[in-house]
Amino acid sequence: MENTYITDHLQKRFTHDILETEGAGDMLTVIVTTPVIHEVIRFLKESETMNFNFLTDLCGIHYPDRGLPLGVVYHLHNLAENKRIRIKTFVTLGNPVVPTVTDLFSTANWMERETFDFYGIIFEGHPNLKRILNVEYMDFFPMRKEYPLEDPTREDKDDRFFGR
Amino acid sequence: MEEKQYTTLNLGPTHPATHGIFQNVLTLDGEQIISAEQTIGYIHRAFEKIAEHRPFYQVTPLTDRLNYCSSPINNIGWHMTVEKLLGVKTTKRVDYMRIILMELARITDHLVCNSVIGVDSGALTGFIYVFQEREKVYEIYEEVSGARLTTNMGRIGGFERDLSPAAIKKIREFLDHLPKVLHEFEKLLMRNRIFMDRTIGVGPISAERALNYGFTGPNLRAAGVDYDVRVMTPYSSYDDFEFVIPVGTQGDTYDRFCVRQQELWESIKLVRNALENLPEGNFHVDVPHFYLPPKEAVYSKMEALIWHFKIVMGEIDVPVGEVYHSVEGGNGELGFYLVSDGGRTPYRLHFRRPGFIYYQAYPEMIKGGVLSDAILTMSSMNVIAGELDA
Repeated sequence: MENTYITDHLQKRFTHDILETEGAGDMLTVIVTTPVIHEVIRFLKESETMNFNFLTDLCGIHYPDRGLPLGVVYHLHNLAENKRIRIKTFVTLGNPVVPTVTDLFSTANWMERETFDFYGIIFEGHPNLKRILNVEYMDFFPMRKEYPLEDPTREDKDDRFFGR
Repeated sequence: MEEKQYTTLNLGPTHPATHGIFQNVLTLDGEQIISAEQTIGYIHRAFEKIAEHRPFYQVTPLTDRLNYCSSPINNIGWHMTVEKLLGVKTTKRVDYMRIILMELARITDHLVCNSVIGVDSGALTGFIYVFQEREKVYEIYEEVSGARLTTNMGRIGGFERDLSPAAIKKIREFLDHLPKVLHEFEKLLMRNRIFMDRTIGVGPISAERALNYGFTGPNLRAAGVDYDVRVMTPYSSYDDFEFVIPVGTQGDTYDRFCVRQQELWESIKLVRNALENLPEGNFHVDVPHFYLPPKEAVYSKMEALIWHFKIVMGEIDVPVGEVYHSVEGGNGELGFYLVSDGGRTPYRLHFRRPGFIYYQAYPEMIKGGVLSDAILTMSSMNVIAGELDA
C-alpha cells in the first residue's frame, strides 16, 4: 500500500480535517483535527482497503510553546500488509478532550488511562478514566514539560556545568 | 430467599504467585471468579520522565529495568532506535553479535516463564533444572558486559568490546548442554497428565480478542496469529537466518507454554547459526559523536579527547525527527517511540511495553474460571512488574 493511496483517501473523505501529512520519516504521519480523530481511526480500521486492525501504541506528547500544546499519538499497524501509520491530534490545555477509541480497540483502555495519568488528556467516553501508574490523589500531570524532574529548590546540586 | 454473597479477595500486591508487585482484586463465588480488577504502578519509576533529562547513552540503564528477565533485548532495541534516528548502518558482525545476545536473552526469558508455570502448578523440579542453565547465560552476560541482570549491554553503534574467546567458549558449552536439559524438562511437563489437565483450556483467548487487546509475542502466537517482529520487519539481519514461528490454536495456558518451549529450540538454532557464521569485522561502527573512544586514545590523541569531552559533557547535537522502532522482546513487540528536537536528550520517549498492554486482558481471560487457574494464567502470560510499571 502506497502512502499516497492512504493520504488521497483520507483527504477525500475528511477534506479540511486532515491538517498535515508527512511521509518522509520512518512511517506516514498524519495530523488530524480532534473532532474527527475517532472517525479517522474507525475508517482506517474498518475499511476493507485500509485494514489497520492493530493499535500498536497510543501516547501523549507536550509542546508548551505551541498553540495546541497537548497531543495524542496513535500508531496503527496493518498486519496483513505490514504497513504502519502514525496519527496525531492536538488539543488546548484549557480543554484537553479527545474522543476515546476504546470502543474500537480494547487495548486503548490502559493506554488512554496512562496518557490521562501523565498528561491530563481527557478521553471522552472512556469507561474507566482514572490514574493508572501514579497515586489517585496526585493533583498534577507529571509528564507535562513544566514539571521539573527534581525539586527545583534544591541547593546542594549544581548541574550547570553539565549542560543540564 | 437469601441473597447471594460474593467474597472479595486481594491477590497481591505481594503474593508469591504474582512474581512481582501488582494487585488483583478478585470477586469470588466460592472458588469461581466473577470479576477481577488490577491495580498496578507499585514500582513505577518515571522512566519516561527521567529519559527526557538524560543523554541518549544514559537511557540504556533505564531500559534494563523494563523486562529485567531479558535486559539485553531492551538495551539493544534502544541502541537500534537511536541508530535509526541517526541513520547509522551497523556492520554484519555487530548484527550477528546482537542476534546471539538477544536470542540468549529470549532463552532466559522463556526458561523463567515456562519453569514458573511448573512451579505455580506444583512442579518445582523443572524450575531447578533450568535455572542452572539461566545461570550459565548470566555468566555469558558477565563475560560480555560485566553485569548479570541489569546488563547495560552494548553501545550506540555496536558493543563496547568484542566477544572474548572465553565468552564464545561459554556460549558453545551452553549450546551443547541446554538441549539435554530442555529434553529432560519437556519430559517432566509437556506430556505430563497432571500438568496437561491443569493447563489445557485454562485462561484461553481467541485470536480476534488477542489482536483487539494488542497482544504480541508468544501470547499472540499461542492464539494462532503468526506475528513476529523478527520476521515481519526484520532488524539486525534477522533475515539472514531461517527459523520457524511456532503458533498455537487455543490461546490457552498450555499453548502458551508450548509456543515458548518451541521458541527455545528455535533460539538455540539461531544462536548456533549466528555463532557459526559470525562475520569478521569491527564490533562497532564509526559513530564518533556517540561511541566513546578507547581510553588509551583519549589520553594520547587530540581528536579522541575532543570526542570524549563532547560526549560526556553533552555537546552533541542529534537530528530532529521522530522514529518508532520495535524489536521482538521476550514478551512481544517492544517498541520505542522517540521524538528528538535536536537536543542532547530525547524530547519524548515512550516505551511500548508488551506486558503493560496485554495484562489488561487478564480479567477477561480468568472470568468464570477458578482461583488456581487464575494463578496459572498469570504466570503463563509472563507479566513482569518492571515492564508493567516502567
